[in-house]
Amino acid sequence: MIDPRPSVISERLSGVKRVIAVTGWKGGIGKSVTASTLALTLARKGCRTGLFDLDFAGASDHLILGAKGLFPKEEKGLEPPLLCGVKFMSVVFFSENKAVPLRGANVSDAIIELLAITQWGELDFLVLDMPPGVNDAALDVMRFIPRAEVLAVTTPSMIARDVLERSLVLYRKLKVPVLGVLENMSPARSPRAGRIRLDPALEKALGRPEALLKTAFARDLDRCLPFVFGKMKL
Amino acid sequence: MHEWALAESVIKTAVEHSTLKKFKKLKEVGVVFGELQAIDKDIFVFALDGLRAQYPGAKDCKFKVSVEPAVFRCKACSKEFPLKGLKKTKDEAEFIHFVPEMAHTFLKCPRCKSPDFEIAEGRGVGLSYIKGSK
Repeated sequence: MIDPRPSVISERLSGVKRVIAVTGWKGGIGKSVTASTLALTLARKGCRTGLFDLDFAGASDHLILGAKGLFPKEEKGLEPPLLCGVKFMSVVFFSENKAVPLRGANVSDAIIELLAITQWGELDFLVLDMPPGVNDAALDVMRFIPRAEVLAVTTPSMIARDVLERSLVLYRKLKVPVLGVLENMSPARSPRAGRIRLDPALEKALGRPEALLKTAFARDLDRCLPFVFGKMKL
Repeated sequence: MHEWALAESVIKTAVEHSTLKKFKKLKEVGVVFGELQAIDKDIFVFALDGLRAQYPGAKDCKFKVSVEPAVFRCKACSKEFPLKGLKKTKDEAEFIHFVPEMAHTFLKCPRCKSPDFEIAEGRGVGLSYIKGSK
């Protein structure tokens, strides 16, 4: 049996200028908050932005963005709903926020399905909140979206950094471009390139995009953007 | 019209395959609908017809549609079971229509109630054969 879905994935993303894959190989390091805040920040700067939560087992971008009562529109596929200027797609639209107990191959299948039917239209940036670590799903995303650029999130922990080093070696082997590394929960006292300081007020802003954009976390992430995207005008 | 997106994937795959095999004419394609995804055949065929102009290589191609019954195999107790008889609401059926893997969220093994089962057959849309002339 031939699977026809992969043939249209590049077509669905043809209007997207850049695909940013936010990765994190350890749990709880802030990958999803970073991906969601990055998407909000880019949209606030006037960039046409999409956010695709591919972390099916731990989908949480909808909680971070406070997405309620949204559902994609059926129009020659699925058009993601707009939330605070961000086109947002997540498996939670189809799971009623229940657990999605999928094995690796099933996650891959579901991701391929959504990549094949989602109509993103014209975007400057599509931010992917990647499945954690490296597994069938993560490798499939890299295979089907070879132009995705990795933005890796880590923490100052020796464990997270060691895992990060391994991930960077793998990306190099897979010839996946790495935009940069963001050190989240950094103990640095002053803002520094690539570092996002621990923000005790962040938790209270989750679910409220306007409040989230006003946090020290979002300000530090914003300061990292020139480091991530170079001199590109945003 | 979520069927449109899948119809486009079918016609594009058939035309690409035809080019790869150096067919002069793409004649017939077998399209299999997995019972689980519950694709609306009328909408799908309507979409295919609309897409022919965009894909001239498939202008005269026949698309023969068949439905493959869904078969599940429980990973916990090994029971094999069909879709028929499994309870789901209208909304749940709609979610499975968009993403068949949502079956793991809403359906369970009728014997041991586990959601850890394999969709052995009849998941979604596939191409069973592509015929052309050289």
